[in-house]
Amino acid sequence: MDFLNAFVALANFVIIPATAYGAQLALGALGVTLIYGILRFSNFAHGDTMAFGAMITILVTWGLQGMGVSLGPFPTALLALPVGIAATAAYVLATDRLVYRFYRRQKAKPIIFLIASMGVMFITNGVVRFIIGVDDQRFADGERFIISAGTFRDLTGLEEGLAFRATQGLTIVAAIIAVALLFWFLNRTRTGKSMRAFSDNEDLALLSGINPERVVVITWLIVAALATLAGVLYGLDKSFKPFTYFQLLLPIFASAIVGGLGNPLGAILGGFLIAFSEVGVTYAFRKVATYLGPEGWEPSGLLQLLSTDYKFAVSFGILLIVLLFRPTGIMKGKAL
Amino acid sequence: MTSDPYQTKRGERDRSITREPPHRIGDPVGTHGPTSRPEGEHPFLIGEAMTGGYGMGADILHDCTIAVEPGEIAVIVGPNGAGKSTAMKAVFGMLNLRKGRVLLDGEDITHLSPQDRVAKGMGFVPQTSNIFTSMTVEENLEMGAFIREDDFRPTMEQVYDLFPILKEKRRQPAGELSGGQRQQVAVGRALMTKPKVLMLDEPTAGVSPIVMDELFDRIIEVSRTGIPILMVEQNARQALAIADKGYVLVQGRNGYTGTGRELLEDPEVRRSFLGG
Repeated sequence: MDFLNAFVALANFVIIPATAYGAQLALGALGVTLIYGILRFSNFAHGDTMAFGAMITILVTWGLQGMGVSLGPFPTALLALPVGIAATAAYVLATDRLVYRFYRRQKAKPIIFLIASMGVMFITNGVVRFIIGVDDQRFADGERFIISAGTFRDLTGLEEGLAFRATQGLTIVAAIIAVALLFWFLNRTRTGKSMRAFSDNEDLALLSGINPERVVVITWLIVAALATLAGVLYGLDKSFKPFTYFQLLLPIFASAIVGGLGNPLGAILGGFLIAFSEVGVTYAFRKVATYLGPEGWEPSGLLQLLSTDYKFAVSFGILLIVLLFRPTGIMKGKAL
Repeated sequence: MTSDPYQTKRGERDRSITREPPHRIGDPVGTHGPTSRPEGEHPFLIGEAMTGGYGMGADILHDCTIAVEPGEIAVIVGPNGAGKSTAMKAVFGMLNLRKGRVLLDGEDITHLSPQDRVAKGMGFVPQTSNIFTSMTVEENLEMGAFIREDDFRPTMEQVYDLFPILKEKRRQPAGELSGGQRQQVAVGRALMTKPKVLMLDEPTAGVSPIVMDELFDRIIEVSRTGIPILMVEQNARQALAIADKGYVLVQGRNGYTGTGRELLEDPEVRRSFLGG
């Protein structure tokens, strides 16, 4: 029995990666949930909006790197992030003007918005692939580790190493700051409150003199910022590939729905729930079990519930269970 | 079937709160020209000879007139389906009027959207979904004052004076309150704009008789602050008892009109609507 090493192995392979992934999903799900709460439709273009924001940020990062600009231990992408957010904001506002506003004027049903958003998704997808290509792009630079496995072993004298990558640390810190800012905005400012009022009861918000177009624009701006941040953090942590971002749509929607659509707190909770389930179910627990079992014993199998190829099945499974037994999600969002 | 592919249930909907819908056949044509202020005594708010219905649907109101005098309580009563709420919505601009006009303090507001009417000083409390359930009582009141640029703290204090229970629960989400308290939040929210006239659509729907009496007391108190009130009520007897003016609607037409007392004592009205 070796609890310490078992825990370190678990932290290294499950807890830290899942926390970082959860933070990325939470940021993505917050965007989806805000659109659902305020514009009242499921935005299928969200994954590709993240890809668009990340793409702009990568292009600017490369430009900065070419000019020899760097942020020392931090990734240069942080410097390019504001440009990415601005470009994405312009892009989503353009899609709103060109596509969604028309349907809003018609008071179209949510399902029509959803299908329109699929069109926007395909176009965004095409634009991103056309500009940056379909391949993997790496753009992370600066310090790689906060603690590397080797340093950890030297420091603690444990057999098991624990690596805490800089991008994981950055993801978690950035997510905390973004979420804190978002909640401060929604709960403390007049504009934020008017957004919540609009989400809560549209007609009454209109009767109170809240300008719907202004609420919609602000929502898109926030969503652009969240999506770009989520996309860049995911790209830094793993790598940037347009197709991966398209696939991210599923876990992001699962997070938003599990937490309760339209409920920001639920989106965060859902993000971590999905991330931990996905990583936990696809992780081979053999090493951890070996440490926990009696001396000299080793499990014969990998102790892996699902191959990583099936990780999307986890999101699907959770989504299915939640929709069957608690359609409003854990935090009581709106029913689909 | 329908010419609008984007939604179903046409014709059952209220007119949009903000947007002026495109003109359709059957809509009122043109304006009524410059309106002269009527001489002498005039009602503060009047929906005059209103004819209209929802969307493209059949007319529900037929030549119906509803008016509120300054400082008075006017009540619209009548059997189910008589068009009580519809009449009030027509006054508030949530209906396409085919004939008639609406005057607020002598000004023709027939063509204004409900949102613009709020800016003109009309406060409206819908029958259902009349509060922000996920927001606290105080935030509800704050949202009520959204269009105001000045300091609304004094108004909030006045609302808390009128409804002391709201002050006690001001940090609580409004959705967690009881039915009667929610109605108080709804009325309080409407009062936050400092309206010149307050319109209540069945404020006592779904509350117990005790709470109903209390709500009526509160409404009288609001009226004493000088705000004229137009109210639709299911509970005809109690409503007429506090009304300065009553309108009994029958199938979208003015059936009987008079002071609350007159209507209560009118044998015809008693027999038909008040159960003898």
